[in-house]
Amino acid sequence: MALIDDARPMIIDALEEKPARRRSAWRRPLRTAAFHLSAGSIALLWFAPIALVLLMSFRTFDDIARNGVGSLPQSFSLTAYPDVWEGAGMAQALLNSFLITIPTVALSLFLSSIAAFGLSRYRIRFWRAILLIMLAGNLLPVQVILIPVAKMAESLGLYDSLFAVIGVQTAFGLGFYTFVLYGFMRGIPNELQDAASIDGAGVMRTYWQVVLPLCKPALAALGALAFTWIFNDLLLSLTLLQTDSKFPITAAVLSLLGQYGGEWNLIAAATVIAALPCVIVFLIFQRSFIGGLALGAVK
Amino acid sequence: MSTTAPKRTTFRRRVSSPPPAVYALVLIPFLIEAFVVFWPALNGIALSFLSWNGYSEAQFVGFDNYARMATDPVFVIALRNTAIWLVVFGGISFVGGLAVALLLQSERRGVGVYRTALFLPMVFSLVVTALIWNAIYQPSGILNTFLTAIGLESWTRLWLGDPNTALLAVIVAALWRQIGYIMVLFIAGLKAIDPALIEAARVDGANAWQRLRFITLPQLRSVNLVVISILVIDALRSFDIVYSMTRGGPFRSTELLSTYMFEAAFTSRQLGYGSALAVVIFLLAVGVIITYLTRAFADSKED
Repeated sequence: MALIDDARPMIIDALEEKPARRRSAWRRPLRTAAFHLSAGSIALLWFAPIALVLLMSFRTFDDIARNGVGSLPQSFSLTAYPDVWEGAGMAQALLNSFLITIPTVALSLFLSSIAAFGLSRYRIRFWRAILLIMLAGNLLPVQVILIPVAKMAESLGLYDSLFAVIGVQTAFGLGFYTFVLYGFMRGIPNELQDAASIDGAGVMRTYWQVVLPLCKPALAALGALAFTWIFNDLLLSLTLLQTDSKFPITAAVLSLLGQYGGEWNLIAAATVIAALPCVIVFLIFQRSFIGGLALGAVK
Repeated sequence: MSTTAPKRTTFRRRVSSPPPAVYALVLIPFLIEAFVVFWPALNGIALSFLSWNGYSEAQFVGFDNYARMATDPVFVIALRNTAIWLVVFGGISFVGGLAVALLLQSERRGVGVYRTALFLPMVFSLVVTALIWNAIYQPSGILNTFLTAIGLESWTRLWLGDPNTALLAVIVAALWRQIGYIMVLFIAGLKAIDPALIEAARVDGANAWQRLRFITLPQLRSVNLVVISILVIDALRSFDIVYSMTRGGPFRSTELLSTYMFEAAFTSRQLGYGSALAVVIFLLAVGVIITYLTRAFADSKED
């Protein structure tokens, strides 16, 4: 978390002001204006596609058919949302997505945190090899395991069930989460653990009552990241699920495109519904989310 | 935190063998990953030597699946498109991500809003990204409407239906989502550079370009490594956005190795050939990253 260091930017700003004062007085406001102009236009350009789809979801089908997908809205209607929510099964698909995502996030954080706890807080034989092998699994292109995993799910009777998706997603993420949590737990002072063991706490108590509470920032960052990754997955769901009513929202929205081709107000509304949960998670966990992405990038 | 570092080593030496429960804590997750990821991965490699449709008897065919790629025109197209994807998508993500990170690195009024705008697409799924851009590329979509409005009507086309533009159109959509992510990585890297270095160069009279070329970029080396690895892996894994926008068409013009692998395995039920394609994706990922890592290490030794 040291990356999102609040002090550094202030130091940089403080340093930058000195030479600026030496320059002539009019250059600084000019530079600020140039910055806002360039950064602002990039940001607007980036935001425009999102605004476009939002606007489209509030138009009527007649308006889109008459004036084209790309015209400015000539109508306003909220009917697209209830239409896809019930009529096109978005409610069920969203529920499926949560039924997959929430257990997967909880399970993978639990499993990776116990592995990271053992590896970082005790002297385990081959700890380095175990950590690297686990991380390597995460770098594997998922395509390599698709066919065997589908076969395995079939033979275990789990094919076309949400459990299969939860199991594979959980295992596939373990390496990265363990790696990040290992790095975080290594920084926890040993005195705390020593004190706990003097007080008679066993391994599990030390993990649950001492180490885990201290990992909250890392767990929040990983949890938010994992939520969006798992919620947004398409490939594993397409491979392991077959029945439409079990599809998560990514797959459901995609099949909508085939069914409702041309009814762009409906497709846009479904797209907004599919994007909203991740946007909400992002806005709540914004700081730890971005910090989490940067974790491990700078070492 | 710095005071705890030396203590850790004494701690490691002091504890001779951890309680058995600790082994269970490490082994349970490890074995789960081994069973669900590594074992299937090995199986995938074994499958690539079979001819199998998933139902009837599997036949061992040795390297036939791999030999077949050489004469498979679709494989050649998919390989070429994957290379284009790697270079264009990877290259522009890298340069664009670095450029916006340099622009938005310092903390000043309003910078958070700009960063969020660039970063927001990253939280969307590739399916959502695909649908958003699909709307833009529609025959009556905003892109063609805009081109008509500024008098470039002859440029309008079916962006996703035209084999000449489909791949680039999909890449633009993927870039829209990726650049914010790469920006975050670079901003983190830029923040980790000791500001005294840049200030020293400034005092020595280095201009902005020289400070970038001789101080900032060399200091970013470790971040570059991470960014390039991420881009290579992402590029070779790319599936969702192509599958959602074009399914590899029109006329295979957007077929990537990953979409072709999915089609071979799950649509035309050639599990052996599909597995062989997956192994090729894996080998390319490992190969590109190892090549880059060794070069990066060789470079750093020369310094």
